[in-house]
Amino acid sequence: MAAARGQTLGRSSFSRTTSNPAASSSGAAGVKLGPNGAAFVSSGIPDLDRILGGGFLLGSVVMIMEDSDAPHHLLLLRCFMAQGVMHKQPLLFAGPLKEPRLFLGTLPAPVSSSKEDGRHRVMGAGVSSDGRGSDEGLRIAWQYKKYFGDEKASSAEHKDNKQEFSNDFDLRKPLERHLLNGQNIECVSTQDADNLRDLQDHCSTFLSKLPGKDGGSLTAGRIAIQSLCAPQCGYFEKDWDMIQFIRLLKVMVRSSNSVAVITFPSAVLSNSFCRRWQHLADTLLSIKAIPDEDKDLAKLLTGYQDMVGFLHVHKVAQTNSQVPVILEASTLSLKLRKRRSLMLERLNQAPVDGSSGPSSAASGSCSSSQGSQLDF
Amino acid sequence: MEEYGGGDLLSEAMGSAARVVVVEDCVEAPGAFVLHLLLKRALAGGGAAAFLALAQPFTHYDRILRKMGCNLSLHRRNERLHFFELQAFPAAGGARDGAIADCFVRLYSEIQRVVEATRTGENAGQFTITIDDVSLLEVAAHGSVDNVLDFLYYCVTLTSEMNCSLVILIHEDIYAVEENMGLLLHLRHIADLVVKAAPLSTGLAADVHGQLSVVNKGTFSEQRAKAQKVWSFHFKVKENGTDFFYPGSRH
Repeated sequence: MAAARGQTLGRSSFSRTTSNPAASSSGAAGVKLGPNGAAFVSSGIPDLDRILGGGFLLGSVVMIMEDSDAPHHLLLLRCFMAQGVMHKQPLLFAGPLKEPRLFLGTLPAPVSSSKEDGRHRVMGAGVSSDGRGSDEGLRIAWQYKKYFGDEKASSAEHKDNKQEFSNDFDLRKPLERHLLNGQNIECVSTQDADNLRDLQDHCSTFLSKLPGKDGGSLTAGRIAIQSLCAPQCGYFEKDWDMIQFIRLLKVMVRSSNSVAVITFPSAVLSNSFCRRWQHLADTLLSIKAIPDEDKDLAKLLTGYQDMVGFLHVHKVAQTNSQVPVILEASTLSLKLRKRRSLMLERLNQAPVDGSSGPSSAASGSCSSSQGSQLDF
Repeated sequence: MEEYGGGDLLSEAMGSAARVVVVEDCVEAPGAFVLHLLLKRALAGGGAAAFLALAQPFTHYDRILRKMGCNLSLHRRNERLHFFELQAFPAAGGARDGAIADCFVRLYSEIQRVVEATRTGENAGQFTITIDDVSLLEVAAHGSVDNVLDFLYYCVTLTSEMNCSLVILIHEDIYAVEENMGLLLHLRHIADLVVKAAPLSTGLAADVHGQLSVVNKGTFSEQRAKAQKVWSFHFKVKENGTDFFYPGSRH
């Protein structure tokens, strides 16, 4: 199993042909230039960056629909914020908390690079050390897409860029304090605010402090808003105010060098307002948790043990182009590798007996799967 | 319109006499590309246009239309295109009810002024007013459907008085619930032609981006009474235009 996990490390079979990693370096840290005059910042999850064709588009509003039962959206939000802190980018956080600054204490720290290398080495070696190494050549290729293109993924130059552009975060280790202190980080509480005027003013002053889009240096700002329409906010049920706020935020973000990530509990909105919110999003994601012990799903999907939920990509931001982005797969499994770092993977159906690892099944698992079709 | 459209399925289905075209779309299948196409045709035919942009800034449309072979900046300089940047509409202070109505009145009189100016000018071709999109107009009006409807009906009167046509984008899925269908029903009522973009029921596909159905209300032209009322076909959006084709007829 460990060997298989190592093979899938940080890779999916999806890659956009238009994105050109070679041309991706730019002056500023943490900003990557793409086609069509686009510039990206990292979402803090390397897999998500790749799926979205480079990362979160500068000048776009990313909306994440929360799962009503589980706080998995916070994982994405934390990675996004921590990545900004790592790049020393200005950050504005707003959430329905009494002390929003405390949320910064929960940001994850990056996996140290020496350790990362070490782990790569362990994985290389692990194949032989865990006794199944000799099976390597005999692996049954029912998930052969996983083994494709490891070399194609341009390990050398791509990785150098990647180290700068996005980090792997260790969700169990908090970010060091000194990184948070000397930073341009603003926190706003939305808990008792009666209206969104205050938040809007914060956003506009935050954005006005950033150098403009045509300014020479590309310092990207990040706005993270947690649970914008949560019931504990004073402006809850002022639907039109909220949507007007998003609309104006979108205009402000569009004309600046920044990305806004908004998570919202879609269940508390009425159907039509939920649709309105979705229409306003440039990039739209939704998160679904999976129940702890769903035996049926465990049988259907490989790697179920580390899965924490599903990420659905509804919309991918596009500026200056009318062609929609069609992903190879829009539903991805959100996994915690070694309970530490987040990765996204396409769903893989398990072989018939639900044996978890491809390499562990030396015999018997090549019988055809029993037509168990997942309907997503 | 037909002679400039290259005779594709959409222009064939739309005919040439529609005064009010309503484009409906949803989150899964954005219909903005239809607006781009119609705007390009309106300008290519020697006509003039007014574009009410609530969803995107000018640069966005400019770059898209440029790839389709239509230079919006040039048209704007030549006063063939009147571009209204309404992303922040109404300007600050429009929170009170009366103020919103005033904003709409001002917007309408501005449109009326450009339409009249174009009509008296030497090129008295077709004038097209495009709204992208009405759902945001409703947000700008802080949910007051009446104000939006008043504004739209005024625009409709321009179509008969001034030889204009009107193209309106609306996100149909917002109005799926019965209690707030009002705006959508009104729009469908005033429309001569409804173009509806929908995703494929089979889900994602790289070659087919969705399905377009064109419903011709057929009241506007006698000769077309016998013509086909409902068309539906698939589309694929490309940078320089859009392909329309019948299901299964491609390769």
